[in-house]
Amino acid sequence: MVAAIKQPGWIRGLLGAVAAAAFGVGLVVVLRAISGLEIWQTEQTGYPHVVVPLITGPLGFLAGFGCFDYWLRWAAGMPTIPEDHSQHGAKSWKDYFRFNTDHKVIGIQYICTTFFFFFVGGLMAMLIRAELAQPGDQIVNAATFNSLFSTHAVLMIFVFVIPVFAGIANYVLPLMIGAPDMAFPRLNALSFWMLPLAGLLFIGSFLAPGGAFDAGWTGYAPLSTGAPLGQSFFNLGVQFAGASSIATALNFLVTIITMRAPGMTFWRMPLLVWANLSTSLLVVAATPFVAGAQFMVLFDRVLGTQFFQFAGGGDVISYQHIFWFYSHPAVYIMMLPGFGIISEVISTHARKPIFGYRLMALALIGIVVLSYSVWAHHMFVAGMFSWLRVPMMITTLLIAVPTGIKIFSWLGTLYFGKIHTYSTAMLFALAFIVTFTIGGISGVMLGMVPLDIHVSDTYFIVAHIHFVLFGGSVFTIFAGIYHWFPKMTGRMYDEKLGRVHFWGTVAGTWGTFIPMHWIGMDGMPRRVADYAAQFGDWNLLISICAFFLGAVQLVFLYNMIVSWRFGPRAEANPWRANSIEWQVSSPPPVFNFPEIPRVVGGPYEFGVPGARHAIMPGESAEVAEPEPSVVGQT
Amino acid sequence: MMGRLPIAKMLAATVALAAAISAVMLSINWNGQEASTAAPEIDDLLNVMIVLSSLVFSLVMVMLFYALWKFKAKPGDESDGEPIHGNTKLEVAWTLIPTVIVLFAAGYSWKVLNDIEKTEGQPITVDVFSQQYAWSFGYPGKGNKYVEGELHVPVNRQVKFKMHSQDVIHSFWVPEWRVKKDNVPGITTTATVTPDRVGTYQLICTELCGFGHASMRAKVVVEPPAQFRKWVAGLKETVPPPYMESIRQDTEENPGQPVGAGGA
Repeated sequence: MVAAIKQPGWIRGLLGAVAAAAFGVGLVVVLRAISGLEIWQTEQTGYPHVVVPLITGPLGFLAGFGCFDYWLRWAAGMPTIPEDHSQHGAKSWKDYFRFNTDHKVIGIQYICTTFFFFFVGGLMAMLIRAELAQPGDQIVNAATFNSLFSTHAVLMIFVFVIPVFAGIANYVLPLMIGAPDMAFPRLNALSFWMLPLAGLLFIGSFLAPGGAFDAGWTGYAPLSTGAPLGQSFFNLGVQFAGASSIATALNFLVTIITMRAPGMTFWRMPLLVWANLSTSLLVVAATPFVAGAQFMVLFDRVLGTQFFQFAGGGDVISYQHIFWFYSHPAVYIMMLPGFGIISEVISTHARKPIFGYRLMALALIGIVVLSYSVWAHHMFVAGMFSWLRVPMMITTLLIAVPTGIKIFSWLGTLYFGKIHTYSTAMLFALAFIVTFTIGGISGVMLGMVPLDIHVSDTYFIVAHIHFVLFGGSVFTIFAGIYHWFPKMTGRMYDEKLGRVHFWGTVAGTWGTFIPMHWIGMDGMPRRVADYAAQFGDWNLLISICAFFLGAVQLVFLYNMIVSWRFGPRAEANPWRANSIEWQVSSPPPVFNFPEIPRVVGGPYEFGVPGARHAIMPGESAEVAEPEPSVVGQT
Repeated sequence: MMGRLPIAKMLAATVALAAAISAVMLSINWNGQEASTAAPEIDDLLNVMIVLSSLVFSLVMVMLFYALWKFKAKPGDESDGEPIHGNTKLEVAWTLIPTVIVLFAAGYSWKVLNDIEKTEGQPITVDVFSQQYAWSFGYPGKGNKYVEGELHVPVNRQVKFKMHSQDVIHSFWVPEWRVKKDNVPGITTTATVTPDRVGTYQLICTELCGFGHASMRAKVVVEPPAQFRKWVAGLKETVPPPYMESIRQDTEENPGQPVGAGGA
C-alpha cells in the first residue's frame, strides 16, 4: 500500500486530487476567516469554496499521477530517474491508462478519449433533437435545453475536434518526418492528461447547483458573468483544454522545425506536416485569448472585477472581440489538420502527385495569416463600431480564395490518376470535397454583411457550422482514422461496415443539416427549446435524420472495436503510400526506426519513374527498379 | 494535359447544371415575406449569390464526377497515375477568378449595406427597451409615450430604433424587415428600417438571453400614419424613470463620431 502511494499512478493521483482539493477549500476558509468575511457564504460570492478546489484538485491529480515528477525532482536538485524506455509501447489495454511518454501510445490515448467525448456530445445532440422534434417543451425544460446545447458544443469543440487532430498527428507526424518521438515527450504526456480533466469539468458541471453552464459555448458576457456556478466549470475546463492545446502546439512546432529526418526540406514535407505546422502557429498565438477571456469572466464572477460589467465601467462588447479573436482562428484550428489528412488520402488513393504542392502549402500559410483578421464577422449585428464591418467582410471573403485553391487542387490531383475507392478513407475524402464546398459557400454568404444581418443567430448559422464542422472536420477525422487504422492497430478494419457507415453518415448529414438552412432563413432563431408551429414538419424531419446519423455512428464504433481486436493483420503498407510512416511495420516498432531514414525526394512522387521519398535503414541507396512507364513531360 | 480533356463539354455541363440549380432555387422565396425597403435589396443580393454559388458548386461537381467516372482505376490495376505535378496557368486561374468573384460580392454587399442604412426623409425615432424576457417601446417624439410587448410604426416612413438593454444582450429581429441588431447593456445601438407593407409581424429575440429566450417575442404592427398617430395618442403610460436613465447614460455604439453624425 505504501509503495502504491509512493509510486506515480492512479492511487497517488486520486489521493493528490483529494488532498489538493481539500487544500483549496481550506485556503478559501482561512483567507475568508482572516479577512473577517462570512466563511460559508456561497451564492453571493460565486462559490469560491468550489471554484478554488476545481483549480487545485486537477493539478493535484496531475502531480500525483506523475506528470511533474521528473521536472520536480530536477528543480529540487534530487536525482532524476533516468528514462529507461521500459514504459514505451503498450502491451495490453491497461497500459493506455498509465502516464506514458511514447508518442504512439499518447496518440491512441488522445483518439480514444476524444471519441469518448464525441459519443457523449453526440448523445446530447440526440436529446436536443428529441426536444426539437415538436414545438413546445416535451422532454427537457428550457433551462436544461440551454445547458444541453452549450455542453454539446463545448465537448465537440474543445475535447473532440481540436484534440482528436492532435491525437492523429501525435501518432503519425513523428513517423512521417522520420523522428523517433516528439521533441518533448513528457510535455506531450502532460498535454494529454489535461484533456480528460477538461472534459470531466465540462460534464461535471451538470452536478453544480443551478445546472450545467447554459450561456452557449460562446459564453457571452454579461449572461455568463451572472450565470449559476456551472459557468465556472466551463471557465476552468477551457483553461485545461487550452493549456493542453498550447503545449501540444509548441511540441509540434519544435518537432517539425528541428526533428525532420536529414533530407526532408520544407518543400519535401508531406502536407499533413504543413497542415499541423500551420495549425500550431494558430494555436500558440490565438488560444491564450480564449483562456484570458474565460479568466476575465471568472474574475468578474468570483473576485468582483468589472471587466464586462457596464455598470462598473466595463465594456460588454470587448468580451466578444477577445473571444472571437481566438474563436475564429479556432475554426481553422479545427479544419487545417483535416486539409492535411485529405491531401494524404487523395494523393495516395488517386496514385497521383498532389496537384500544385507548393501552392497547397502556401494556401495553408495564407489561411493562417488571414484568419487573424476576420474575427469581427461574428459581430456584424453586435453593436460594435460600424466602420469595422466592411474591412472584416473583405478579409472574410478573401479567405475563400486559399480555401478554393485547396478544393481545386484536390480535384486536379484526381485527373489522370488511377482513383481507387475501395477504402472508406477515400470515400470520406471525396464526400468531404462536396460537403465542404457547400459549407464554404454558405460561409461566403455569411461574410456578406447584408445577408448576415438577416440570418445571424438563426438556424442558417447552425446549418453552416455543422456543414463545416461535421461535413468538414468530422469527415476528415473519419478519413484519417480509417486511413491510419491499419498503421495504428496493425489490423484491417471491415470495409463493408465502413461503407455502411460512410453512406449512412453522408445521408444523415445532408438530411439533418440541409433543411436547417431553409428554416433559418425563413425565421427560426437558434438556441431555442420552443419554436413557431410553422417549422414543426421540417424539425421533425431533421430530428429523424439526426437520430439516423447518430445510430450510424454505432456501426463505426463496432467496426473499430471489433477490428482492433479481431481484424485481419495489416501489412506495413496496405495503401501503397510513399510517406515514411508506411515504410515501417504496422504497428510500428516501439522506437519507430532502428536508424533515422534519409529523405531523398518529395512525398507524393506517384508514377515518377525511379522516384523515392525516403531511404529506410537497411535499404540500399540505389534507385529502385524504374517503373515501365512511358509517360512523358507534361 | 488540358488538351486531353473535353473542356468545352465540361464547361457546358457546368453551365447547364448551374442553370438547373439556379432555376429551382430562384423560384423559392427563401427569406419569407418582404415588408421593408431593405428586404428586396437583400433578397436580390441573395439571388445573385445563389447564381454565383450554383456556378461554383456545379463546377466542383462536374470536375469531381467527371474525374471519378473517367479516371477510376480498373479492378486489379495497381499502376500509378501520370506524374503531373501541377499547371501554373490553372493555378493562377483558380486563384485569380475566385478573388474577382469575392471582391465583386464584397463590393455589391457594401453598396447594399450603404443603401439600407441611408437616412431617408424625416425618420421617426423609437426607443427599444429589452430585459429578460420582454420588449417595450418608447416614442421620444411623442412625449415619451410608452408601451409593453407591442410595437407600432407607421408605414412608408423610415424608423430609427435606439436600443437599450437593461440586463444581458438581446437581439432585435423582425424577419420580414431583414433587420437585426443586438441590444447591449451600457450602449445605445441603432437600426434603421423603412417598413413598406401594412401588417402584423413578430419581433424575435435572437441572442441567447436565458431560459426564457425562446418566448421573448413582441407583436409588431405596421399601419397607416393616421391610425398610428391615433394609437400613440391613446397610450396612457410614459417611459418609466429607470429606462429614461438608460437612455441618458448609454454611450453611442460608434464613439468618436460626433453625436448625430451618420445622418441621424
